Amino acid sequence: MNLNLTLVGQAISFAIFVWFCMKYVWPPVMEAMHARQKKIADGLDAASRAARDLELAQEKAGQQLREGKEQAALIIEQANKRANQIVEEAKDNARSEGERLLAAAQAEIEQEVNRAKEELRKQVSTLALKGAEQVLNASIDEKAHAELVEKLAAEL
Amino acid sequence: MAGANPTPSEYIQHHLQNLTYGLHPENGMGFAHGAKEAAEMGFWAIHVDTLGWSLFLGLIFITLFRKAAKNATTGVPGGLQNFVEILVEFVDQSVKDTFHGRSSLIAPLALTIFVWVFLMNLMDLVPVDFLPSLFMVLGVDYMKVVPTTDVNATLGMSLSVFALIIYYSIKVKGVSGFVGELTLQPFGKKMIPFNLLLEGVGLIAKPISLALRLFGNLYAGELIFILIAIMPFWIQWALSVPWAIFHILVIVLQAFIFMMLTIVYLSMACEDH
Repeated sequence: MNLNLTLVGQAISFAIFVWFCMKYVWPPVMEAMHARQKKIADGLDAASRAARDLELAQEKAGQQLREGKEQAALIIEQANKRANQIVEEAKDNARSEGERLLAAAQAEIEQEVNRAKEELRKQVSTLALKGAEQVLNASIDEKAHAELVEKLAAEL
Repeated sequence: MAGANPTPSEYIQHHLQNLTYGLHPENGMGFAHGAKEAAEMGFWAIHVDTLGWSLFLGLIFITLFRKAAKNATTGVPGGLQNFVEILVEFVDQSVKDTFHGRSSLIAPLALTIFVWVFLMNLMDLVPVDFLPSLFMVLGVDYMKVVPTTDVNATLGMSLSVFALIIYYSIKVKGVSGFVGELTLQPFGKKMIPFNLLLEGVGLIAKPISLALRLFGNLYAGELIFILIAIMPFWIQWALSVPWAIFHILVIVLQAFIFMMLTIVYLSMACEDH
């Protein structure tokens, strides 16, 4: 328990150790730690950026999907409308065609009837003439009585 | 040893005696044989065991930390680097919390103090008779393995810190500022001698308390281990184990206190009022 030179020796070795620590231990360790800190910070930064990018991409994909669905719906609707239109048109066409055919048929029937009537009239006039010839037993001047017979046929 | 079967008091005295090398007035240069001769050597003697063990432990500290520092990687750190980084981080944080100036010396100083003092304290947990008996076999009579139980060691460190306190005080405040701080507070110009007395005591108390706190704690701890060692061997474990476990706390705490107070004193020295 005597105070002696040990004190000085201890102080000197203390100074040497501190100097060594300050020169060769502290800076590299600190540097490595700071570098790692920066690395980790950068990594975390990149991760959060990537997460944000992912979020954006998902949002974009969702939006595109939504747009695609909307377009598809629009196209289907248009197609339906067009199909209806085509069906309507076809119906109209069919109806008008049918009406036209009907009209043509009626006209033909009318014509046919008229022709039959005409024929009939002609035959009736001939028949009437023949009958009158028989009745009168004399030949009648066809030319002279044609007007009369015409008139008669028209009355029929 | 003082005999084949030393009395308890001889045993204790033997264990508290450093291996002293110096110039004895009668026997010339050599190792002291006993406390009386060591005292007669006066100031110009050295405690070979204290210096040897503290140098040995200090070398362990710097080689270990240098190895970690040299292989320091910014990637995933290995075991040693991890350990070193935890300590460095811890010390750095303590310094940053307390010391607000900028100095590249304070943090390495604090790290050295913490680890070195801790290692020197750690020698206290080596069984008290183990190393002395080993050296006895090798022909060395006295061996005190815990450097911090030698007041020379603690005072040597605290006086170094004291020199730094004065250096920083003068560097930051200038000579006049430092003298002014010592003489013009707390009572103003009319009481300069009284102020000087108060502040002087405050200043001197810093290294003394720093050294004696560490020395006292470790000396007392060592003494209790020695006292336990006197008891019959079959009861020793019942006392030495709890005391050793408690002492784990003490050695870390004392190393931390020494470091923390050094930082605080230096930060006070750097503060301008």
